[in-house]
Amino acid sequence: MRRAPKALPTLTGATALAAALALTGCASASVDAPTSATPPASGSALAGSITVYAAASLTTTFTDLADEFERAHPGTSVELTFAGSSDLVTQITEGAPADVVATADEKNMAKLTDAGLVGSAAPEDFATNVLTIAVPPSNPAGVTDFADLAKSDVKTVICAAQVPCGAATVAVEKATGVAISPVSEEASVTDVLGKVTSGEADAGLVYVTDVAAAGKSVTGIAVPEADQAVTTYPIAPVADTDDADLARTFVDFVTGSTGQGVLRAAGFGAP
Amino acid sequence: MTPASTGAARRSTRWPARRSTRRSARRSVPSGVPPWVVAVAVLGSTFVLLPLVALASRVDWADFGALVTSDSSVAALGLSLRTSVTATMFCVVLGVPMAVVLARTEFWGQQVLRSLVLLPLVLPPVVGGIALLYTFGRRGLLGQTFETLGVTIAFSTTAVVLAQTFVALPFLVLSLEGALRTVGTRYEAVAATLGARPTTVLRRVTLPLVLPALVSGAVLSFARALGEFGATLTFAGSLQGVTRTLPLEIYLQRETDPDAAVALSLVLVVVAIVVVALAHQAGRSTGLATRRRGS
Amino acid sequence: MTLEFSAVLEARGFDVELTVAEGETVAVLGPNGAGKSTLLALLAGLVRPDRGTARLGERVLFDVDGRGRGPALRPHERGVSMLAQDALLFPHLSALDNVAFGPRSAGVSRREADRHAGDWLDRVDATALADRRPAQLSGGQAQRIAVARALAADPDLLLLDEPMAALDVSVAPALRRTLRDVLADRTAVVVTHDVLDAFTLADRVVVLEAGRVVDSGPTRAVLERPTTPFAAGLAALDLLVGTATADGVRLDGGGDVTGRGADGVTVGARAAVAVRPGLVRVVPRAHDGVDRPSGPNVLASTVVDLEPRGDLVRVRGAGLSADVPPAVVAALDLSPGAPVWFSFAPDDAVAYAL
Repeated sequence: MRRAPKALPTLTGATALAAALALTGCASASVDAPTSATPPASGSALAGSITVYAAASLTTTFTDLADEFERAHPGTSVELTFAGSSDLVTQITEGAPADVVATADEKNMAKLTDAGLVGSAAPEDFATNVLTIAVPPSNPAGVTDFADLAKSDVKTVICAAQVPCGAATVAVEKATGVAISPVSEEASVTDVLGKVTSGEADAGLVYVTDVAAAGKSVTGIAVPEADQAVTTYPIAPVADTDDADLARTFVDFVTGSTGQGVLRAAGFGAP
Repeated sequence: MTPASTGAARRSTRWPARRSTRRSARRSVPSGVPPWVVAVAVLGSTFVLLPLVALASRVDWADFGALVTSDSSVAALGLSLRTSVTATMFCVVLGVPMAVVLARTEFWGQQVLRSLVLLPLVLPPVVGGIALLYTFGRRGLLGQTFETLGVTIAFSTTAVVLAQTFVALPFLVLSLEGALRTVGTRYEAVAATLGARPTTVLRRVTLPLVLPALVSGAVLSFARALGEFGATLTFAGSLQGVTRTLPLEIYLQRETDPDAAVALSLVLVVVAIVVVALAHQAGRSTGLATRRRGS
Repeated sequence: MTLEFSAVLEARGFDVELTVAEGETVAVLGPNGAGKSTLLALLAGLVRPDRGTARLGERVLFDVDGRGRGPALRPHERGVSMLAQDALLFPHLSALDNVAFGPRSAGVSRREADRHAGDWLDRVDATALADRRPAQLSGGQAQRIAVARALAADPDLLLLDEPMAALDVSVAPALRRTLRDVLADRTAVVVTHDVLDAFTLADRVVVLEAGRVVDSGPTRAVLERPTTPFAAGLAALDLLVGTATADGVRLDGGGDVTGRGADGVTVGARAAVAVRPGLVRVVPRAHDGVDRPSGPNVLASTVVDLEPRGDLVRVRGAGLSADVPPAVVAALDLSPGAPVWFSFAPDDAVAYAL
């Protein structure tokens, strides 16, 4: 019985390792666009590419803003990544190559500043959001105000306290003195909205921007006390960005008049 | 004397490396399996085990006890175990007849039916959840009938069990159908000629013969049910003690307390390992009893 | 219970009628593919015939008309037990539980069934094996338990499919003896290749070939006066076939032979002469035939084959064969292709009508 050539196992091992490396190479390449190494020409037209990590609730607005930005600054490109704020923090902490980060609450941004990934003076508030009640268009449970949500025959879905919209919900409950017994506490406001649009829930507590974006599939019922539980959105350039100038420009764009116009139109409040 | 000793000395300098690898090679590589196959197998196992090791390395061991015994964690674990066990029982009750029909009968469209039955295996769980919602939800196919009868499924523990059963059922059917085909029908034919009615044959001959496959299928189903997330989230919602199973609890804890999330993840892994090991043991002991050592 | 059976199965070219009297054991002999397993499967209810009827006592096993429609009892309703070559003991049950399976399936209480099973184990001399699992039994032991199991179900008809085929030569006799005892007063059909089984166990023999019954009758009669080459082969007899004449039998292949009982055969009728190879002599033949042995029953032939059989060699020609000591084979220089004369004494052969 001849022994297999010694080279074979080594060759196979090397091939496998090479394959693994190639995969990681591909993976990292697909996550973000290659950042250009060219230094921006001072004063002249900006060029280059940045990656913006934004909270999920900013999906529609930031997509529009990115398009506007690229039109205003030809030669630039803005790559967007949307996720829950805590996921954004986790990814950036683990080394994801973000240039700008916009979270849906100040707690998550604080985690980044505490870790030194964002300059401590860098975050700027650029928008606010308040909660509102969303009901299916037919309003089967006949909800008229926040107090109705506490009724036992009304199936209410809210965000879990651990997420920003849930923290706001708790604050509103305190402000109104009404305690809701929800049938479900979702981990994302998108899931809350989903339960309302599918008709499973009689009512849900979501952001005004979510109701605006949902259009005809839900009806919004305002909650006056919601102003006492405002969610503030900060934005900041990431400390070790390759393109600090472009990142800075984008942040200014968002906090400037064009950005604010888009945000206001979507229902966000002033910072 | 001298030539022998120099010969021995030469041998000992030349041979040790070879001899030890040959000895260890003889011990670690079973005859018939090419070494490169073993190498690839090791690579594959590392691929599976390394993330578990990485997880374990991130656990905050100092706080582990407190994190794992908090109210929400205990509620989530208890709910997960209760619903998974119930779902597994449903899988057995529904899956055994399905496997028997698929393995023992022949009818037009059987291949299509088999593919459809195994669909939850390949369906993304969230899609499964949406489908369940459109069936059992308030505005769903059957949901409206249930509503008028006063039965609400959405946002209840029943919904969790339904979601888990839906995704776990194919594991049992697949496992059992294969075993039934392998075992063949000869014993059943003999039992029939001895006067046993079909139900008796099933109970006393067929099922005992495939017991190991039934057990391993049930274990797979249990493990799948335990880890079920997407369908539960979409269909059942998330409320502590009612619908927030351990995977959902982990998902939520990630938002504010990553240490808790990691600790609970480890708990889930350990529970799964324990269950699989126990059932594997049970399956082997029943298998030994039925295996013939040649005639 | 008497069995009356008649069935046709086109796909396998099967067309058989069979009657088994109460308490009678019938051996079914035949070459491979003759339809023996089909017969058993039809009786057990594992296969449905294209048409036919079968009745066991008062019970109609099946009654299928020409268009394939009609009732057929399912296997567990027929009262027919089957024992195959492979004991097929249920691996997860002990020997006792295996034997008790039939009574338990009929609704008998556990204690009663176990007692009954114990009795049967005693009858097949296997009481010591009661608690063993099938995996711990030898082939012979397993077959004995299987016999007990089949009989404990108290069947009205017992089917045996080559029960000794998988057993060692040393173990088979014990089982044969056991079967002879338990089949003594049972209605049974035994499929076998072994003539010894036919003699030991059966009252009657039925020979199947190509899905049809070609011979049937009391064992001795069929095997001492075979009517087909296969049966002759089983009986280890040479068979010569032809038409009866005033002096004996004119063979189809040419030549005249005679034997005991030739007078009793009607002239002109089909007839056969059977002789044991050991009683046939063979001598070399010259081309011109001058060395033809004297006497009747001398046939010219050519050696086809030499087959060692124990301490004799079977010299086979076309139609006849002779068992001869090896020394004689060598002395006569017999080899395939050699022309020979076969001859035998009339008193050593039997002539009978076909």
